[in-house]
Amino acid sequence: MVAAPFRYERVSSFEEAVRALHERGEDAKVIAGGQSLVPMMNLRIARPEWLIDVNPVGAGPIEDHGGYLRLPALTRHRAIEEAEVVRRRCPILAEAAAHVGNVRTRTRGTVGGSLAHADPAAELPCVAVALGAEVTVLGRDGARAVAADDLLVSYLTTTLAPDEVVVEVRVPTLGPRGGWSFLEMSRRSSDWMVVGVAALVELDAAGAVTAASVAVGGVAERAWLVPAEALADLLGAAPEEALLARVAERAAAMLRPEDDVQASGEYRRRLAAVLGRRALAQAVARAGLSEAELAPRGNGEQT
Amino acid sequence: MSDPGRQRVTFTVNGEDRDAWVFPHDSLLDVLRDALGHHEVRYGCGEGVCGTCTVLLDGEPVSGCLLLAVQADGCSIVTVRGLAPGGDLHPLQACFLRNGAAQCGFCTPGMLLTAWALLQRDPRPSRERIRRELVGNLCRCTGYSKILDAVEEHAAQAAEGSGEPRRGAPVGREGSGEGTGGDA
Ligand SMILES: Cc1cc2nc3c(=O)[nH]c(=O)nc-3n(C[C@H](O)[C@H](O)[C@H](O)COP(=O)(O)OP(=O)(O)OC[C@H]3O[C@@H](n4cnc5c(N)ncnc54)[C@H](O)[C@@H]3O)c2cc1C
Ligand code: FES
Ligand code: FES
Repeated sequence: MVAAPFRYERVSSFEEAVRALHERGEDAKVIAGGQSLVPMMNLRIARPEWLIDVNPVGAGPIEDHGGYLRLPALTRHRAIEEAEVVRRRCPILAEAAAHVGNVRTRTRGTVGGSLAHADPAAELPCVAVALGAEVTVLGRDGARAVAADDLLVSYLTTTLAPDEVVVEVRVPTLGPRGGWSFLEMSRRSSDWMVVGVAALVELDAAGAVTAASVAVGGVAERAWLVPAEALADLLGAAPEEALLARVAERAAAMLRPEDDVQASGEYRRRLAAVLGRRALAQAVARAGLSEAELAPRGNGEQT
Repeated sequence: MSDPGRQRVTFTVNGEDRDAWVFPHDSLLDVLRDALGHHEVRYGCGEGVCGTCTVLLDGEPVSGCLLLAVQADGCSIVTVRGLAPGGDLHPLQACFLRNGAAQCGFCTPGMLLTAWALLQRDPRPSRERIRRELVGNLCRCTGYSKILDAVEEHAAQAAEGSGEPRRGAPVGREGSGEGTGGDA
């Protein structure tokens, strides 16, 4: 199949993109990496009348602002996977990016596109939600900042207005006693996740948990942020295996995943509990290690 | 909808200047095959999954089926023919041949380009790294082991100085284009 005909306009700034989207109306879409949009167009699931190509805007560098990294929307998955600053300062993001599709997907696909596309089985939205990432969105009335958790609504649905674009993403960096883990199960390496878990913990000097955040992908209509009350038992506690397992079980019990061709809902719930326990344990084990020790082993090899 | 109209695009293919009049909805894959006669770039799935349409865009592997030809305007494109410009086998191709890493050959151009691009980044990749990199290039015939063997063998030869790892493809402006974004 090939895409239905459409008209095409290139823009060299996000301001121009917003203007073009507004002028062209409902049937105009931004194209970034094209790794989700073009397959949908080739399958005729999507038939935009106008494509607004933002690639000439360029990505520019990933910047380290101390407490957070600034990723321009057009940052490719491959750049996230390989950038030294990401691997050192926010290794969970590099690990997640390494799991996105195949090498060609990662060469072209962008962080802005992944968040705007809002696939419930996508890695970057899941990690962005766990991290409490902030997304900068540009519209006709200027820019606004929105938490990744408030951007995602449901399957391929966000709170972006049709004439708004994602401009950049800010991801908090790892604290000195922070630990992380991203684990996913997929049918074959490079396939979409069946279930994926992003876990972040912080410990105090005595080894007790001071903060924890967990998000799960592939189990609901959007990346699911585990509610704070489900993680409350961890706070102030020594993170022993039995406690981590209990917390993960309780969180997974809140889920009602659907059956699909890849897995039954019940299997997904079980996976969420098992991966949740393993991810918490790995995050705890990594907390307090140096940045160099914490960097991902890379290339999406399961750690 | 009104006629979207054709526009002229220019790029280099294997180092040669080429141009074509294309519709916005023409994929780079279609233009390479149908307008420019590069039948070594193959159509498999049209969804970015199979890797038969792999070409290097400014030095990086991309799916030709998911890239609009208009987006490649001004870029450097390399197809598998670019690995063997004079018609002599590239040492990587020779390794594929020796190891029986090609049977029907349908997937082979994509495999070769993906492996070649990996070796530019990482001249001595682990077997696991080669596997991870080639995971998006599907093959119905070989069972993959021989492909991994071939890439490993070529990397080892190149390390010993007999395999000319950087010989071949006239890849312009490696990784510098707007298309690839390795600029971080
Ligand atoms: C074979 C294959 C396997 C894949 N596997 C995975 C996987 O395992 N995990 C995964 O997460 N993804 C996977 N993907 C999808 C890939 O990650 C995409 O890169 C990503 O989802 C979308 O990013 P993009 O830049 O390509 O966006 P595009 O395809 O260009 O756009 C996707 C949507 O986002 C909108 N959009 C893009 N950029 C912006 C912006 N800046 N502001 C507002 N809207 C915007 C577009 O209008 C469109 O609606 C796979 C793709 C393929 C082809
Ligand atoms: S034809 Fe492009 S990846 Fe299959
Ligand atoms: S050799 Fe036949 S598909 Fe790979």
